[in-house]
Amino acid sequence: MSEQLPASIDDTLKMLSDGRYVADRSLATALYLALKLGRPLFLEGEAGVGKTEIAKVLSETLGRNLIRLQCYEGLDVSSAVYEWNYSRQMIDIRIAEAAGEEDRDRLEEDVFSDRFLIKRPLLQALELDLNGNAPVLLIDELDRTDEPFEAFLLEILSDFQVTIPETGTVKAEKPPIVIITSNRTREIHDAIKRRCFYYWVDYPDAKRELDILDVKVPDADKDLSRQIVAFVQRLRSMDLFKLPGVAETIDWTNALVQLDKIDLDPETVNDTLGTLLKYQDDIEKVKGSEAANLLEQVKADLAARS
Amino acid sequence: MAESGDNGAPHGNGAAADFQNTPGMRLLDQFEGSKLLPNIMHFGRVLRSAGLPVGPGKIIDAVNAVQTVGVASRKDFYWSLHAVFVNRRDQHEIYDQAFHIFWRDPRLLERMLGMLMPEIPGEEQDEPQEPPSRRIMEAMSPKEQEGRQQEEEKEPEVEVEATLTASANELLQKMDFEDMSADEVAQAKAAIARMRLTIDDVPMRRYERSHRIDRVDMRATLRAAMRSGGGLIPLQYRRRRRRTPPLVILCDISGSMGRYTRMLLHFMHAITNDRDRVHTFLFGTRLTNVTRHLRQKDVDVALECCNDMVDDWSGGTRIGESLKDFNRFWSRRVLGQGAVMLLISDGLDRDAGRGLELEMERLHKSCRRLVWLNPLLRFEGFEPKSQGIRAILPHVDEFRPVHNLESLTELVEALNRQLSRRQEGMGEWLKAM
Repeated sequence: MSEQLPASIDDTLKMLSDGRYVADRSLATALYLALKLGRPLFLEGEAGVGKTEIAKVLSETLGRNLIRLQCYEGLDVSSAVYEWNYSRQMIDIRIAEAAGEEDRDRLEEDVFSDRFLIKRPLLQALELDLNGNAPVLLIDELDRTDEPFEAFLLEILSDFQVTIPETGTVKAEKPPIVIITSNRTREIHDAIKRRCFYYWVDYPDAKRELDILDVKVPDADKDLSRQIVAFVQRLRSMDLFKLPGVAETIDWTNALVQLDKIDLDPETVNDTLGTLLKYQDDIEKVKGSEAANLLEQVKADLAARS
Repeated sequence: MAESGDNGAPHGNGAAADFQNTPGMRLLDQFEGSKLLPNIMHFGRVLRSAGLPVGPGKIIDAVNAVQTVGVASRKDFYWSLHAVFVNRRDQHEIYDQAFHIFWRDPRLLERMLGMLMPEIPGEEQDEPQEPPSRRIMEAMSPKEQEGRQQEEEKEPEVEVEATLTASANELLQKMDFEDMSADEVAQAKAAIARMRLTIDDVPMRRYERSHRIDRVDMRATLRAAMRSGGGLIPLQYRRRRRRTPPLVILCDISGSMGRYTRMLLHFMHAITNDRDRVHTFLFGTRLTNVTRHLRQKDVDVALECCNDMVDDWSGGTRIGESLKDFNRFWSRRVLGQGAVMLLISDGLDRDAGRGLELEMERLHKSCRRLVWLNPLLRFEGFEPKSQGIRAILPHVDEFRPVHNLESLTELVEALNRQLSRRQEGMGEWLKAM
């Protein structure tokens, strides 16, 4: 049931829109190249611009398994790659002892065999599914882990193989599709970036954001969507500490739909500003007269256009 | 590499015999009795006094190299000596400058024969291109001033001199950077280059082997059990690994910071090269990230790069604006993973502290520990009067002077100390507010 990889940039765009993801052509190009040349795609950008979503959409539209590795500080081999099932190993040693097993080499081979290996995401990603397809591997928020783990990733990302000291090297028959995301809370080392195609996911422009709202919140009133997008776009040109991302726009629209609004008014904006801005300073700055001001401009703008 | 003299010497004769018939050797025959070979030796000595690790073994290697390659082309000559004398990237600059000065002027070359004598008058100020670095000039004319002084004094008693240096050292420790002579500055720089900053380690979420009874390391335990045949299962332990947190330095380079800036740059360079995860920013009227430049191993090259990068040296200060830039564009990128922050500034702000307090508050909330270093604190009875200072003070965890070597050393010690809660080092200052 798996789909073929897209054959052109247009195909890639179509595949993404089938997966209800509205993408720039530049993103589709980077993604197409990554798929075609079998290289990881490194997505960097502010929180809430749809980086993780790309991996989900890929796995859905291509019919591949999605294997997700959420990074965190101190992520180590035993939670990212593999671990031995110690209790079963112990029992096995006891049984061998009781049975009078003398041959140490055989025992060791037995204890460190596949039966006792617990596979974690990175090792799972090297395996094919039942249809013989390689999975989509999402390494999410790589910046949250530390440099030693990055160094460990180098082997996996360039050769798609993992070395387990006790048993040997596991190599992927077909390389997985790798998507790496980062929020840039620190700089990722150049050695990792060198092995990937890099794409900076930016905030969308007004037209694209409207398309996104159309797809993601189809039951929102069209005029309301237009107002929302214009309002958010204006917010992004303001001097705020954290600009609202696409995820916030969608959240806000959903919230307004739930409140049965078909038109923005200053009071509603003030009440729901918390879904859009997540820093108290920013909310303080926008709330009240500034919001009313923005809204007035937005409405005048929209009226002038129609 | 430096030990290659061990192989070089025994092979010396045989190698020379082999080279009898090479074109290089034939060329070299023309130089029979010339001063080329001694000059290579002197060149090696110049490099050594400029700080390159050149020993007798290397000089023998260099002679062998020149004999092999010949001296027909200046370029080949340059690179064969380069191959022998340079073994780190950052030595290239020094070698390059030394080569061009040493091998340019044949008369100078003659004079170099007298290298062992204290004075070389060949200062050659008519250098047409960019002036060579001071290190090379000092290496070429060793101890110009000091040498002369010593001659005047004609072998003073050595014991007296030793005590003098000890107390001079003490003086140097307490001397304000601003009052130092060029010579003292050089000594202070050397002292700074030796400083090491070991900020209190923080536990990571990673583990390492341990011999103390802590957490059981199941993987190591199982392997140990296999080694003993499975009959015994000796427990192996592991513990939290510790690591120094990232360090972010924000340094004021405005006019009021004056000479401190240059000394502090040396300090920052020493720290940056000593540990990983150091980010350095300079600000006057605008913010510049100089992290990459300070990573240059050679301090002169590093400072040169900083110089080129920054165009607001010794201008006004806009602390608030600069901090705002930092908060917006950098804090989320460099202050992750529990960073410690050093803010080096006198707190005198052209914008009179406007918006500064808000930015300081944000900065304080984004890092694990914020230390403010202020050279003005050297004055007895310093009072937090200026608006800028009053805006910054409530939002730092520690407030320290930074005007002489002693204060830098104390800073190093203070940073090693574990503070259990925020603003612990601020008691009297907050009261003074």
